[in-house]
Amino acid sequence: MKDNGSQLSALENHSIFILREAHHAFRNLAMPWSMGKDSNVLLWLSLKAFLGHIPFPLLHIDTTYEFPEMLEFREWAIQRYGINVIVKVNTEARARGIGYETHDPVTVTHELKTVALKQAIAEHKWDALITGIRRDEDPIRAKERYFSPRDADSEWHYKHQPPQFWGQFAMKNAAGEHVRVQPLLDWTEVDIWRYIEREKIPIPALYFARNGKRYRSLGCRPITHPVESNASTIPEIIAELEETRSSERAGRAQDHYEPHAMQKLRAKGFM
Amino acid sequence: VKIVFVGHVDHGKSTLIGRILEERGSLPEGKIEALRASCQAEGRQFEYAFVLDALAEEQQQNVTIDTTQIHFRTPARSYVIIDAPGHEEFLKNMITGAASADAAVIVIAADEGAREQSRRHGQLLSLLGIRQVIVAVNKMDLVSYSEAEFGRIEAEYRAFLESLGMKAGAFVPVSATAGRNIARHDEPAMSWFSGVSLLQAIEELEPAPSAAEQPLRFPIQEVYRVENRRVFVGRIESGTLRVGAELLFSPHHKTARVATIERWQDSSAQSASAGDSIGITLRDHIFIERGHIASHEADAPLESNRLHARLFWIGAEPLRIGARYRLKLVTQNVECEVVALGQVIDAATLAPPAAAPAELRIKEVGDVTLQTRAPLVFDNHERVPAMGRFVLSDGASLAGGGVISGAVYTGPNAVKSENIFWSESEITAEHRALRNQHRGAVIWLTGLSGAGKSTIARALEKELFQLSMHTYVLDGDNLRHGLNANLGFAPEDRAENIRRVSEVAKLMADAGTVVVTSFISPYRADRARARAIALRAGAEFVEIFVDAPLAICEQRDPKGLYQKARAGKLKGFTGIDAPYESPENPEIVVSTHEQTAEESVAQILTQLLPRLRLKA
Repeated sequence: MKDNGSQLSALENHSIFILREAHHAFRNLAMPWSMGKDSNVLLWLSLKAFLGHIPFPLLHIDTTYEFPEMLEFREWAIQRYGINVIVKVNTEARARGIGYETHDPVTVTHELKTVALKQAIAEHKWDALITGIRRDEDPIRAKERYFSPRDADSEWHYKHQPPQFWGQFAMKNAAGEHVRVQPLLDWTEVDIWRYIEREKIPIPALYFARNGKRYRSLGCRPITHPVESNASTIPEIIAELEETRSSERAGRAQDHYEPHAMQKLRAKGFM
Repeated sequence: VKIVFVGHVDHGKSTLIGRILEERGSLPEGKIEALRASCQAEGRQFEYAFVLDALAEEQQQNVTIDTTQIHFRTPARSYVIIDAPGHEEFLKNMITGAASADAAVIVIAADEGAREQSRRHGQLLSLLGIRQVIVAVNKMDLVSYSEAEFGRIEAEYRAFLESLGMKAGAFVPVSATAGRNIARHDEPAMSWFSGVSLLQAIEELEPAPSAAEQPLRFPIQEVYRVENRRVFVGRIESGTLRVGAELLFSPHHKTARVATIERWQDSSAQSASAGDSIGITLRDHIFIERGHIASHEADAPLESNRLHARLFWIGAEPLRIGARYRLKLVTQNVECEVVALGQVIDAATLAPPAAAPAELRIKEVGDVTLQTRAPLVFDNHERVPAMGRFVLSDGASLAGGGVISGAVYTGPNAVKSENIFWSESEITAEHRALRNQHRGAVIWLTGLSGAGKSTIARALEKELFQLSMHTYVLDGDNLRHGLNANLGFAPEDRAENIRRVSEVAKLMADAGTVVVTSFISPYRADRARARAIALRAGAEFVEIFVDAPLAICEQRDPKGLYQKARAGKLKGFTGIDAPYESPENPEIVVSTHEQTAEESVAQILTQLLPRLRLKA
């Protein structure tokens, strides 16, 4: 059996390989970055892949419902890593009064995240987005590929995905389409934490327990709930995850609003 | 360890996986309860397969639509299960899933036995390079746990696997729905079975052998410029790379020593091996780009523009002879053409192969010969798996996968196979021949004045040119006015004239041209020297005797020279007052008094072209 160290290194090596292939394959790339734990691992892997100089911009979709701690972290990271970050807000939807105060979470998430992302893709004409999704997050995400084409409406045709094997991916995409590049697909939640621990990757403090509660997954403030936990260090979080069998996104309300909500969100272009 | 589950539709793969996960306690809390509740609400019976088929469509259609990966652990190690669909339309997904697996579990239902997809999947696993296979004979409850039924299925499928060069590690009788012989072998119903349970058989799988033991192959992904240093990044596919070692970069055969191994904020590593994504800097400045492959010279890969492979086809449009595709092998990407196609036995139907198929349709497997437009660096699959497999793409998506075998390794200076042209760094006659698709050659016409040499030479040149060949005629007219302007018709001047013609013809042949010389060249010694000059340079020499009796030539007398010679105005004219020594063993003889010029040219082409063209 491989020890955890060599397993993490294997995951790291493969992710770096995918990032470099993506940089070669696509002229106009961007990397959505939520400042969450997976996003920060992806950022770290990109620094490794490109030897400290990330050759594409990062994109923060600001829903205007962000935790202040996350925004602080964003400004800190821009200074620390010298990265180019584009901040996108769906100002049009906010002007129409779309918000958690008045609308259901699926609608708000769609408008302030998915539509905002589509607007950014259209504005910047990106032909590929590097995302931090993992297969173990949700059953629908288990169907993903390393290079996953999306049509002009950002829709995902998961029944007609191109085959990918032997390190070769479907590269080109027609005008208006874009490809989701997913270097963390093979990682599990525990892998992410072990890697953060091994590499000492800075992450927002919200992940660590305070007063018996911590955030396991971070989204918009009104719909993201902390879980019961006393894990205040990374080893404690890992130990807790190895005990628990409840799902990671249990605290994310939009996933549970209606049956197959995640599948519907995802097919429409949600990450 | 990554294990792919394959098998014919409805043979119970997903149920088997669901059962394994439950036995191992690897399902998220509440998952089974939620599914049971939803089944009850919809008035359906709960099945373990639903655990995997999480998509709404899948539950509706009751068919797994894409590859799913599930993690589970045993006390000994951790596993990734890849659930590959048995439904026929989704073959490409099964390949996607199986290509990354270390081992496979083939599920065969005891009541149906091995079916079309059981065999097709077996054949694909063999092509994908998966050597460790467990066969789970499922639904034993439907055959009353019969030892005889199990034995019959095992014997038949074992023989099939062996015909593919594969060997099953174990055949295990199970019942997924009844949960028998999954985790423990303590089944009274199958007390006749002396083997282990399915989970036990899985625990006994060996980890994939490390590619670090294979020869070094480091394909370059990209060249990054970091603080004015050029860093060559890539993933080591096999072997080990060390600082200070001399690397050979193929296909251009340049060598350079490794200065540093680079990672972000770390240049301290002294070595890196298979699987590592690294960058290197070099002590020597040489030109390197994406697609170049670094190796050690003593253990270098193959280089050729031609290769043989066994190919599975998943493109909607059939693969056809003469069609062009992009061939991708690690970071190489070259255009190729299908030059030959042979069909192998159809694993699904076990039908014998067609004699000479014109195309390979979706789901079919065949043997192909491919010609690439640029040299390709590769290995036989048995030697370095990662360098012995490639994909063909037709537009944006992958249309087929091939496994290379049977190529002959030669040292850089020992070019043995005629298919291997790229092993020397200089441009050779072979390189030119490859580009032109024919060899350079000296076609030496000899015969009396008026025999028809010039007519034949011009007609031959025209024919060769129309066949897209590089060709040129050397005759008295274009040489005597320039290069040989200082020569007269004295015997020594004539000899010198022919020597210069021989040398010029050799150079042009070496440059890849089919040179047609048209000179009386009456002396055997002069012609023998012309042949020697050409052969010494490695050029093909073809002597053509343009034969006609003197009387007929004199009668034709196109330039009035015989008349002048007879009148004594021209001294030393061949046939009149100087001898003509007929060739003793010419490659080709044309008798122009017995056939037309066109017939002579056709005869020459028939005999000449097989010598000039590259063998298919």
